[in-house]
Amino acid sequence: MSLLALAGVTAGYGAFTALWDVALRVERGEAVAVVGPNGSGKTTLLRVISGILPVRSGTLTFDGVPLTGRPAHEVVAHGIAHVPEGRRLFPNLTVADNLKMGAYLPSARARYRETLERVFGLFPVLAERKLQRAGSLSGGEQQMLALGRALMSHPRLILLDEPSMGLAPVMVLRLFDLIRRVREEGYTILVVEQNVRQVLKLVDRAYLLEVGRIKMEGRAAELAEQDFVRKAYVGL
Amino acid sequence: MIDPIFLAEAAVNGILLGGILALLALGLNLIFGVIDIVWIAYVDLVMLCMYLVYFLVQVYGWPVWAGGLASLAFGALLGVAVHLLIISPILGSAPVNQLLATGGLLFFLQSFATFLWTTDHRSVRLSLPSYEVAGIFVPLTRVIPFAISILALIALYVFLTRTFVGTAIRAVAQDREAMSLMGANPQWIYVVTSAVGGLMAGLAGTLLIFQYSVHPFFGGQFGPLTFMICVLGGLGNMVGAFVASFIMSEIISLAGVVWSTEMGYVIAFVVFIVMIFARPGGILARRG
Repeated sequence: MSLLALAGVTAGYGAFTALWDVALRVERGEAVAVVGPNGSGKTTLLRVISGILPVRSGTLTFDGVPLTGRPAHEVVAHGIAHVPEGRRLFPNLTVADNLKMGAYLPSARARYRETLERVFGLFPVLAERKLQRAGSLSGGEQQMLALGRALMSHPRLILLDEPSMGLAPVMVLRLFDLIRRVREEGYTILVVEQNVRQVLKLVDRAYLLEVGRIKMEGRAAELAEQDFVRKAYVGL
Repeated sequence: MIDPIFLAEAAVNGILLGGILALLALGLNLIFGVIDIVWIAYVDLVMLCMYLVYFLVQVYGWPVWAGGLASLAFGALLGVAVHLLIISPILGSAPVNQLLATGGLLFFLQSFATFLWTTDHRSVRLSLPSYEVAGIFVPLTRVIPFAISILALIALYVFLTRTFVGTAIRAVAQDREAMSLMGANPQWIYVVTSAVGGLMAGLAGTLLIFQYSVHPFFGGQFGPLTFMICVLGGLGNMVGAFVASFIMSEIISLAGVVWSTEMGYVIAFVVFIVMIFARPGGILARRG
């Protein structure tokens, strides 16, 4: 059984339909990317999975548990951590308090100290800046904090929305290294990215989303060879 | 010329009054900062709590501490009730409607209190000694409420900065959706915030009934002042509201000695209007 399975998912905002009949699965321990041009529905897809946006039709199953129609705060409790587009840190809280909020769930609260040490081990810069306001961090540090905050909840699946957005090229490479390390810790990742070339080096499989529909799916290495990459770029 | 000792006494009284104003202002400001709605009827909830303490202590002979605890519980319940019955159904509607709804609550509470208890002024008198310190008279009936206010504000600070729920309250104020991604139900955080705000109203009611008499229009006495302090400090800015409480109480107290209490309020409102133009974001707002 897949860890995450979407079947026939249609969703949107008001009269606008952003996702049409999407089927997608993520296996345990896998890293999967969803790539596609701007406005193809990638962010909407993650928002549907984490319960921020309700599905209109279709089903969403996580580890065999139906999550269709569950609100966001309940979805997290099942083990899905969403690092949203634009990071959405709490800018006026300290780095430490942002991480503390990542461990808000009762199950995570009990292991708060120990998890904090692990996150600090993974991102030492966060330990150095723990008393600084999150809003005062650089873009790269903010993305690390957003990732660290997601790890604080002990997720079984991490949703990453455009982690490289707004970062300098050299920082993008460092960030992908860090995501690779998070992967090696055994986390399952579903990542949405415009930086197709980089993300395909990171993941096992990828989906191509175009105008709200899944157009292609396959092993990352094979897809990188095809005109698939070019196609996604052209969409920019 | 006024004897400096009177000015010194007025300054001390200003500080003592500021403590209670801070309690009112921070209660109102906490709710505004998190839920983004001004409870126009906040001080009218305080008024209800004052009546409760009056009846329990003065009429039924409860000990003061028991009346105070009852008032805290009642205040918290009122806070939750106001949120669930009035605020929650209109959360998504236009700000002016939200203002009208809490304003309607104000008229309802005033009329209801008049209907039940008439417009009589009622108070609980405690006979506590006054002490003379360096020629200034400081009555314990004002020092003790001040000390309790400050302790309560420290407790609020610790709650908001050290606990998971308190930090979540501040986080929801910044990004409600992101906090739901952390596993917190924003609706629940709102209820907790309203309960804490109500708790503070309950405490303020307990402290006020020993210094002021309660009547159905008590809210008119402190309500505008409390709101003004919140705006002066920057709506939602807790530290700003704390500082503004003491600025306002000092102006009222000092001008009250130099001229008259009415003049004190006039000057306080003039300062307020000037500050609104000079620093519209509040006295502690960051520039730019």
